[in-house]
Amino acid sequence: MIAALRTELRKVSTTRTWWLLALVMGVYMVAMAVIMAGSFVLAMRQAEASGEPADISGGLGGGMAAPLDATTVATSVYTLAVALGYIIPAILGALVVTTEFRHRTITPTLLAEPRRGLVLGAKLVAVIPFALVVALAGVVGTVVGGAATLAIFGEPTLLADPEIQGIIARQVLALVLWALVGVGFGSVLTNQVAAIVVLLAFTQFVEPLLRILLAQFDATEAASKFLPGAAGEAIAGSSLYVSSGLAQLLEVWQGALVLLGYAVLLVVIGRLTTFRRDIG
Amino acid sequence: MPAPGPFDPADGVVQLTGLTKHFGPVRAVDDLTCTVQPGRVTGFLGPNGAGKTTTLRLLLGLATPNAGTATIGGRPYRARRQPARHVGAALEAASFHPGRTARDHLRVYAPQVGVPESRADEVLAQVGLSDAADRRAGGFSLGMRQRLALATTLLGDPQVLLLDEPANGLDPEGIAWLRHFLRWLAEQGRTVLVSSHVLSEVEQTVDDVIIIARGRLVHASSLTQLEALARPAVRVVSPDVEGLAALVQEQGWAPATRFDGPGSATVYDRRAAEVGAAAFGRGLQLHELATADTSLEALFLQLTADPQPGAAPPTGGSPGMTPPSATAPAGGQR
Repeated sequence: MIAALRTELRKVSTTRTWWLLALVMGVYMVAMAVIMAGSFVLAMRQAEASGEPADISGGLGGGMAAPLDATTVATSVYTLAVALGYIIPAILGALVVTTEFRHRTITPTLLAEPRRGLVLGAKLVAVIPFALVVALAGVVGTVVGGAATLAIFGEPTLLADPEIQGIIARQVLALVLWALVGVGFGSVLTNQVAAIVVLLAFTQFVEPLLRILLAQFDATEAASKFLPGAAGEAIAGSSLYVSSGLAQLLEVWQGALVLLGYAVLLVVIGRLTTFRRDIG
Repeated sequence: MPAPGPFDPADGVVQLTGLTKHFGPVRAVDDLTCTVQPGRVTGFLGPNGAGKTTTLRLLLGLATPNAGTATIGGRPYRARRQPARHVGAALEAASFHPGRTARDHLRVYAPQVGVPESRADEVLAQVGLSDAADRRAGGFSLGMRQRLALATTLLGDPQVLLLDEPANGLDPEGIAWLRHFLRWLAEQGRTVLVSSHVLSEVEQTVDDVIIIARGRLVHASSLTQLEALARPAVRVVSPDVEGLAALVQEQGWAPATRFDGPGSATVYDRRAAEVGAAAFGRGLQLHELATADTSLEALFLQLTADPQPGAAPPTGGSPGMTPPSATAPAGGQR
């Protein structure tokens, strides 16, 4: 297992993918945090000037949204990494598997270690340190971009609030779990382009839509909490969706279990399909 | 003569027995039985699509056969721990991440193969890629990729080498180098199997040949025995069907003649002048008299051609055909 792990760690460390993704994650999150923090502050100012109460969803939340105050703004901005940026660690995880098929290195890999379950397991573990770097880039980017913007507008950053600190820190765990989900997904769908396209489509379009739709009906509202994106946000403990009144979340530990469950389920499917079939 | 190496020959025997693989209705490998001996370079030959790569994949545990077994040194590939220390195999010349340097490519696999990182530079030197060690594999020429693929197989200093089309993309100088390199490896007692779709490419390298077509074994022997099959022949066509048959009978050529159709025959072990003179002497009108291509390549094409009724090459009774059952069973030692 140690040898397989060393091989898998080197596979990631000897290519540029991981730090390019960390860079993208950092820049993306700084930009989103600045834009969102700026928009919220301006909306708050407008509401104050007009004397009408405002909520964070701008009416979308149907009266369920939190009032637009300093705490709501801070939690919404600081959780952007887990609400939007989780696609990047998911892609990192998927690439760890799909690259092998794209460049056909799966052949020398399985020649060196024919125990395919071990190879897949080593990939799951090996992705963690790199996912951690990507996660930190995203979380730091979100906090720096968000806090700087709030500070410039003279709003409280609330970074000293232990609850907010907890929310920020737990995002790292959520993002690392997303990388594991990515590994599982890549092992099921090994076509690299298809895997990235489906991941993007699901996380950026299908799931947000599903969450809004499921939340509209009492019967399905509970189900929306078990979607992977919602589970990731549950680990952090808050998110833009929650502040907007568009979603409810599981407990922190439940969210972690659900997201880990997705990762395990996908890896098992990948082991029973891709990694059992003939290679090549 | 191969020098006695540090290898136990029994561990180097590659044995395929009744190996069969279907892809839907296609029998990619069909009841293939043959043996590859250590200390020799064996050419694994057949046209494109004959089933060579599939056979290697089955042998290496990358694919599962529908029937039959494939063992190396008496054991299936996947039954070994750290198999790359015993068997080095290269199936595709392009199995590299283009963004990884040659040295990094080898360093990646070193732990799994079970060798120290220093092996990376050793094998790069062996294949003459030391100067390109820090270049990304994505910028490599096909010849350099072949060398890097070969370096990868050598990482574990394996007793058995299985190389799929290793000469593909090499320039003449590279082919000459590869030839000497493979010879050198075989002389150390290693088993070296090289696949190719062109016999001429490996003709000067191999000691033994295994030829397959449409997934089936069509020939297995030493190269010398195969060469003995490449007999001179004359193709003769006459409008006088009976006259031609009578000529063959009179001259005593019948045992070495194949009738390709009415009035058309191939006469083996005779020269065109000889056949022409005999026909003239009998007053037999000829429409065609031609020396058949007797090169090894022509024989290879003949052996691997699609079967045509009545046009089977007269290889019966030749010393070349090795009955599958006559091959020695692989040693079950270890």
